[in-house]
Amino acid sequence: MSERAHVLDPHGAPAGVALAGALAASNGRVDSILDLVGNTPLVRLRAIEAECPGVEIWAKCEFANPGGSVKDRAALRIVRDALARGDLRDGVRLIDSTSGNTGIAYSMVGAALGVPITLVMPENVSVPRKQITRAYGTELVFSDPMEGSDGAIVLARRLVDEQPGRYYYPNQYANDSNWLAHYHGTAPEIWAQTEGRVTHFVAGVGTSGTIMGTSRRLHELGDVRCVALQPDDAMHGLEGLKHIPSSLVPPIYDERAFDETMWMPTDEGWDMAERLEHAEGLFVGHSSGANVAGALRLGKQLAAQGRTGVVVTVLCDRGDRYFAPLRWEKHYVW
Amino acid sequence: MATVRIPTPLRKFTQGKEEVSVAGGNVRDLLANLETAYPGIKERICDDAGAVRRFVNVFVADEDIRFLENLDTAVKDSDEVSIVPAIAGGR
Repeated sequence: MSERAHVLDPHGAPAGVALAGALAASNGRVDSILDLVGNTPLVRLRAIEAECPGVEIWAKCEFANPGGSVKDRAALRIVRDALARGDLRDGVRLIDSTSGNTGIAYSMVGAALGVPITLVMPENVSVPRKQITRAYGTELVFSDPMEGSDGAIVLARRLVDEQPGRYYYPNQYANDSNWLAHYHGTAPEIWAQTEGRVTHFVAGVGTSGTIMGTSRRLHELGDVRCVALQPDDAMHGLEGLKHIPSSLVPPIYDERAFDETMWMPTDEGWDMAERLEHAEGLFVGHSSGANVAGALRLGKQLAAQGRTGVVVTVLCDRGDRYFAPLRWEKHYVW
Repeated sequence: MATVRIPTPLRKFTQGKEEVSVAGGNVRDLLANLETAYPGIKERICDDAGAVRRFVNVFVADEDIRFLENLDTAVKDSDEVSIVPAIAGGR
């Protein structure tokens, strides 16, 4: 199956990316934890779609990736492509400035492939974030807590400038491997899991890798309307998502790849995250809540027009990544 | 007057200033005076009922007001008050 995907694939998926069916064929056995990245289940949200009769709402369970988030896909592809190009080789460490899901994903992939990882994060990020990445053997470098995440970016770049031979800095915001992971993975999975019935796809913009890659491939596969979702204001609480008008625009972000932008208030996303817990038994993060809120909006628009549809979105990670800091770790990062 | 630290996404209201000086004996008064000086900013911090939005944290002298007395938390002139979106570093 993967051989055939290679032939059909204009961008040349590397070995290991086109794994659809491999797990089933292997009777539940895999060679490496990395074989469990991708091919996530698609779950129907029946309690949510009850509000838009005639429209189905489905969500990709990206929290089922072994590192716990959608970021496993991009991290695995970025590392594999960098190894293939020789950017990562003996004596070179992957370095990035992240305390979030990408850092966890790099740590998991790095441990499994024997690639050493260095993460730069502000000293005041919460203790669990340090513990998870350290558990995988990742080297942590701390930046000035007063300078927030920008301070971590600056320090990471300085370390690379000082010792360019020691580090590979993948920059997921500008790395084509990021969106290609979704072009070759997320999109064909959605197409197969809905048996080509998907009519709409909606996903939030962070690095924009998910919406870019999935939209590009779904557009090639069929008549699918793809919607990019953004926080409605610069001051927002949808962690992992970017308000593009007030942010540095990721170089991989290209509005031509999708059909429409939807603006999402933080409260609507947070309320939906809570509703998913109670109504569907899905304890997911706020960006997942925003994505499902976006899917429901699309569903209601279709239902109001008397149309049917199959709307697909993404559950990026679990809610337990976002337990509020305890009092003794009350220093937040900004 | 207390020093108020303004997060990046709200600096469009403060002409780009990272810190502003605002009077107020408690957080409620301080936010009201902040709105007078920089119209439009309070709506981004507080909801229609006047409570601090769920995704915004306000610190007085490094203490989260949710662990103190919320909007009634006293503010001294020597205090630094920080307004911080509740997202941890991002990505």
